[in-house]
Amino acid sequence: MSEHVLEAVGLHRAFADVRAVDDVSFTLPEGGSLGIVGESGSGKTTTARIIVGLERADAGQVRVRGRERGARSRGRAQRLARAREVQMVFQDPYLSLDPRTSVEDVLRETLRLHFPRTDHDRRVRELLDQVGLGTRAADARPRQLSGGQRQRVAIARVLAVEPAVLVLDEAVAALDVSVQAQILNLLADIREETRIGYLFITHDLGVVRCVTDEVIVMRQGRVVEAGPTAEVLAAPQHPYTRLLLESVPRPGWDPEAIAAARRAL
Amino acid sequence: MNEGPMKEDPMNAVDPATSTYTLDIQGLRISLPGTARPVLDGIDLHVGAGETVALVGESGSGKTLTSRSALNLLPPGATVEGAVRVGGQDVLTMNADQLRALRTNTVAMIFQDPRAALNPLRRIGDFLIESVTLTRSMSRPDATARATELLQAVGLDASALHKYPGQVSGGMLQRVMIAAALMGDPALLLADEPTTALDVTTQAEVIALLTELRERFGTGLLFVTHDLDLAAAISDRVYVMYAGRIAESGPAQVLFAQPRHPYTAALLASTPRLEAPAGRLAAIDGQPPDLRQESHGCPFAARCPLAMEICERQAPEPLHAPDLPDHRAACHHTDRLEGSPVDV
Amino acid sequence: MTAVLTRRPGLSRIRAAGPPLYLICLAFVALVTTAALLASWLAPYDPNVVDLGNAMAAPSAEHWLGVDAAGRDTLSRLLLGARTSLLGPLGVVVFSTLAGVAVGMAAGWRGGWLDSVLSRSTELVFAFPGMLLAILIIAVYGEGLLAPVVALSIAYLPYVSRLTRSLVLAERKRPYVNAYQVQGHSALQICLRHILPNIAPVVLAQSTINFGYALMDLAGLSFLGLGIPALTPDWGRMVFDGQTAIQHGYPLSAIWPCVFIVLTVVAFNVVGERWADHVARRTP
Repeated sequence: MSEHVLEAVGLHRAFADVRAVDDVSFTLPEGGSLGIVGESGSGKTTTARIIVGLERADAGQVRVRGRERGARSRGRAQRLARAREVQMVFQDPYLSLDPRTSVEDVLRETLRLHFPRTDHDRRVRELLDQVGLGTRAADARPRQLSGGQRQRVAIARVLAVEPAVLVLDEAVAALDVSVQAQILNLLADIREETRIGYLFITHDLGVVRCVTDEVIVMRQGRVVEAGPTAEVLAAPQHPYTRLLLESVPRPGWDPEAIAAARRAL
Repeated sequence: MNEGPMKEDPMNAVDPATSTYTLDIQGLRISLPGTARPVLDGIDLHVGAGETVALVGESGSGKTLTSRSALNLLPPGATVEGAVRVGGQDVLTMNADQLRALRTNTVAMIFQDPRAALNPLRRIGDFLIESVTLTRSMSRPDATARATELLQAVGLDASALHKYPGQVSGGMLQRVMIAAALMGDPALLLADEPTTALDVTTQAEVIALLTELRERFGTGLLFVTHDLDLAAAISDRVYVMYAGRIAESGPAQVLFAQPRHPYTAALLASTPRLEAPAGRLAAIDGQPPDLRQESHGCPFAARCPLAMEICERQAPEPLHAPDLPDHRAACHHTDRLEGSPVDV
Repeated sequence: MTAVLTRRPGLSRIRAAGPPLYLICLAFVALVTTAALLASWLAPYDPNVVDLGNAMAAPSAEHWLGVDAAGRDTLSRLLLGARTSLLGPLGVVVFSTLAGVAVGMAAGWRGGWLDSVLSRSTELVFAFPGMLLAILIIAVYGEGLLAPVVALSIAYLPYVSRLTRSLVLAERKRPYVNAYQVQGHSALQICLRHILPNIAPVVLAQSTINFGYALMDLAGLSFLGLGIPALTPDWGRMVFDGQTAIQHGYPLSAIWPCVFIVLTVVAFNVVGERWADHVARRTP
């Protein structure tokens, strides 16, 4: 038994002649939180999609609790077991829910699939409560909810599966600042309660500092820096990490120097 | 269409007595059919020549509508009160010809998603040139020369003129948009989240460019954003909007160091930052008020840690700080916030 | 959503002009359907009773729409004819929709070789005129309503399957479909429970339009004397029977079924277009 809940070893993926993911390896300890930071085209989203199984890797392995995650599942039992390994929260809460399905039905569908013989009424109430949605929201359709509420529904839906690892792909990027903070706090609480491992894909270094223990920085498909979040943010080793940190707007910020540094890199 | 294009530049018609601001919005109130409260409720805002002003707010706060009012781009069925003056002339009372001249010569706009704002089947050069040649304010060769010059100013070479939008990256396309915005030599540039769709390093580059061009051409810039830190980093003055009202306005440094409105303070506290201590964020509970919901008092009262009975009853007037007339906050309790950011 | 409904060139100009036209068409569709359902009670005479003494009589109190060359009451034949004339297209639409959705969904979801095979074979059917296919099948199986319905169903299948395929392709790119995949739902469950209800309104709009076309094609076939047995009242057949009367200077018994064919086709088109527009506006 490995103490790592998730392990990625030497992942490769090319689209035509672009190496989207190029030899990416990392580990996520049980109950830990790992951030993957990068800009568009860095390969962070492709990496996430390989982990959840929406994309296949050309080479490399993904292991969950030491067991290799196959490329494709055959049969219902295997499909459900795979789903309980890794779940995902998507970026756009407006598109990740079926517009025709009510909040309660979203959760029931998942419960019926994974836990057919349990008390669904009780569990639905528990889940809604856990993500801070009242039972009043249960009958609502996605279009009646705000962005933050929809993201809470999406989180409740993945919690219903009780996965070992949760991949969050820019899960707060589409939300307003005040709502974003609510969701980040909620995610921190859930991690404390459930010990689900988080893989947090984001471009926002502030978010990384807030919710991750460790971080890897990706650029053009490769990992350029990895380490404990606090260390990487305080003393970045790679020039690209430094550039990313300097690019974050703050008083006394010098965009021209950053632009020059970017061209030099 | 029976008259020719306006020969007269609206900028020449300025009565110096009325206004010295490039953009001057006074008491703007916009109501839409089917809503319980106005979308914009008494907006006062001004941008001086060559000044950078940031308009900060969350989605639905009315920041985009405010910036669009400077071009008289309002949703159908809107009822409007107040005045929006550009170079001293009221935009809201202009006729179609005057508006066209305003939009090509005086005020330009940069959008959030450059790819959505460009026709993918037309060359970048045609896009740059067409607005000025269509209104016959410039001949084609002159326009081409100007486009080449501006492309160089934004760091692209003339070959970009013959490219299609699909052939260049998002960052480059936003530079094209900036060049296009400067074609008519505008007095005012409206930038609506121009860097939100871009990567952070590209954002820095676009901002550097905007700053440089603003200084070179003396353009007033109204920068609409949801990013407080970005607003603090680039602007001279900041307006913070909430639910269709200006919650707080003032010089960027002062406003962020010593917010006088609980909303600004709470927003600052809830932003995940690199320097802030680790741990939970101070989130603001609840949601911004819905447009279907009527409001009599302060729109932030339901989420405000300082709210008292008066806040529900009476909408606060913007009051300036004792020592700084430019720093205004619409709150009944500005004194209770003095000094340190609120504990939320 | 960018899926395009297939329309015939002549009829594509009859777009829903406004609410009044739509309402009139909807009312007409309802009227024709009710008449077809209640035909046996409504019809004043037996449609096949021949009264040669009264042949080619003008409209009168006894025979509201006149009598044809064989002395049969035109109103009764029209009413009972509505049955056959609507039942045929209904069969075509039901079959082509069910099969077309299945084929299009399989092609759109699975992609790869299955998509190529299915797309090529539907194109093959496209290239082959539907009427010709129908004539061939009727030639093999003899007369009856079933043969032309099967033939036209096959001819109409590509319209539905091509539309479904493009809708499924657009829909499966949406993150909610990915979310269900990650949750462990099977492809079939996702297709039937989520994709199908989301694309159904557009497909049904196309099917409604197809109904009008199928009506026209079937009427054409029975005008040629193909498919429908001679004595069964049918609008296309009535036009054919009316030919002889026209030669005797009595066009009325041919004009009535023509009018009904045209009006019904137009009405179904307008209603279908309107539904399609409505759906297009509602989807973000």
